[in-house]
Amino acid sequence: MDATGTAAPVAFDAGSTAWMLTSSALVLLMVPGLALFYGGMVRRKNVLTTMMMSFVAMAVIGVQWVLIGYALAFGKTQGGFIGWDSTLVALNGIDMAKPYSDKGIPELVFVMFQGKFAIITPALISGAIAERMRFRTYLVFTVIWATLVYCPLAHWVWAADGWLFARGVLDFAGGTVVHIAAGVSALVLALMLGPRRDFKRGAVILPNNLVLTLTGAGLLWFGWFGFNAGSAVAVEHPAGATAGLAFTTTQSAAAAAGLAWMLMERWHHGKVTSLGLASGFVAGVVVVTPAAGHVRPFWAMVMGALASVVCYWAVQLKNRLGYDDSLDAFGVHGVGGILGALLTGVFCFTPVKGVLDGEFAQLGKQLLGVGVAIVFAGGATFLIASILKRTMGLRATEQEERDGQDLHVHGERGYHFDQT
Amino acid sequence: MIIAIIRPERLEAVEEALGAVLDEGDNYRITIDTVEGRGRQEGEVELFRGQQVRVRNVQKTRITLFVNDAYVEKTISAIQKGARTEPNGAVGDGKIFVMPVEEAVRIRTGERGGSAI
Repeated sequence: MDATGTAAPVAFDAGSTAWMLTSSALVLLMVPGLALFYGGMVRRKNVLTTMMMSFVAMAVIGVQWVLIGYALAFGKTQGGFIGWDSTLVALNGIDMAKPYSDKGIPELVFVMFQGKFAIITPALISGAIAERMRFRTYLVFTVIWATLVYCPLAHWVWAADGWLFARGVLDFAGGTVVHIAAGVSALVLALMLGPRRDFKRGAVILPNNLVLTLTGAGLLWFGWFGFNAGSAVAVEHPAGATAGLAFTTTQSAAAAAGLAWMLMERWHHGKVTSLGLASGFVAGVVVVTPAAGHVRPFWAMVMGALASVVCYWAVQLKNRLGYDDSLDAFGVHGVGGILGALLTGVFCFTPVKGVLDGEFAQLGKQLLGVGVAIVFAGGATFLIASILKRTMGLRATEQEERDGQDLHVHGERGYHFDQT
Repeated sequence: MIIAIIRPERLEAVEEALGAVLDEGDNYRITIDTVEGRGRQEGEVELFRGQQVRVRNVQKTRITLFVNDAYVEKTISAIQKGARTEPNGAVGDGKIFVMPVEEAVRIRTGERGGSAI
């Protein structure tokens, strides 16, 4: 409304626009962060391939999103199940001077912010298949997966007329769309690929450089402020109070989760490991992702601590079950994402009340979202991977696995420390 | 030629003991490598992704010295003195090997034999 009381088109809000541009860049920084986090945990011979599996998503999904990804996820809804608008192909029809919806930011800024989520989500999957999946099959998989799994799911949960959004499923910044989808798909792929050769024969597998992993965990946490506090723009205009809440809950949950993981490891193994603390931080930010703008800081800390307890035992259980989720993509993102989506229904206070306030309806809606995401992402990944298995082959050759993929796939080695 | 495999943390004590018995003082000739391998000592237990992993190979330091015959026994006892864990030694303290050298040549001058060492 302008001063004369007549309806005026929503103008750009400088604060929101600046914060969204910043947030978009922060979320992109999580991809190199993830590459470092994963890259440090594999053996020296696979450090480049593992980091590339994150980095290539910036190149591949970065193109897919501009060409068709945005149109599929946020185009005009086709019955609530998928978006499409031919004018959005290659973003051609977007008027750069027109604000997006009622959010006070240019639509291109919204496109870019969402695009970073589309980039990092397939990259998360690479943690489960590290050191053995054929690189080119992985590339094809990420494009198909982003198109057929991520875009529809993002449309269902986040588009204003998506069918899960319409049913009131809460997913503030991507617990369901990003973490459950990626985590469950990671588990399916890990099971279909089978364990690494050395995992099967019980050989010692040790990380090449946990210093990289810790650096990556730090970058992930930092970038997550954009991921969560940036998502506030979707629920308010101009961005402000909710962004502040999301920022605070993200910080609180990560801190409490790191502390809980430390204490549990000290109790269980007698030592606090650096990787344990880093895993705790990640579990904390994962669990609070769907809840960031919906819960109070204290309950965010409770969620973070619970995430560490549950993810810690999920990682332990995996050792008993014997499947090879190389870097615990399912154990942290899948399990943490599911837990976060459900706990959102327990602890939420805005815009709806949860179990804590005696309202059970939201928990039911969250269960629906979790169930749909598990079945859809798991089933679709199984289908895509089955077809790729027959056509391209999922697994690297035994020779590549023995020598390491760096040399075979990229013709490079990550480290030449002994060279002058 | 004397090759000794010792604990990395004892290298400092070994170098000090060698300096006390060899003519050149602190400037005696030595080659030092970082190596890994196994003997009777068990590898360290590490934690990775919530699992205990016993590393098969142990990190060791290997030193190689070339000395004239008169210095062999002095060198051996100096290495043993420096490398042995206080007070009575322990598994993993390492080993010393002595073997003959056929010839030595100083590249700069071409001199051979004992004076090249």
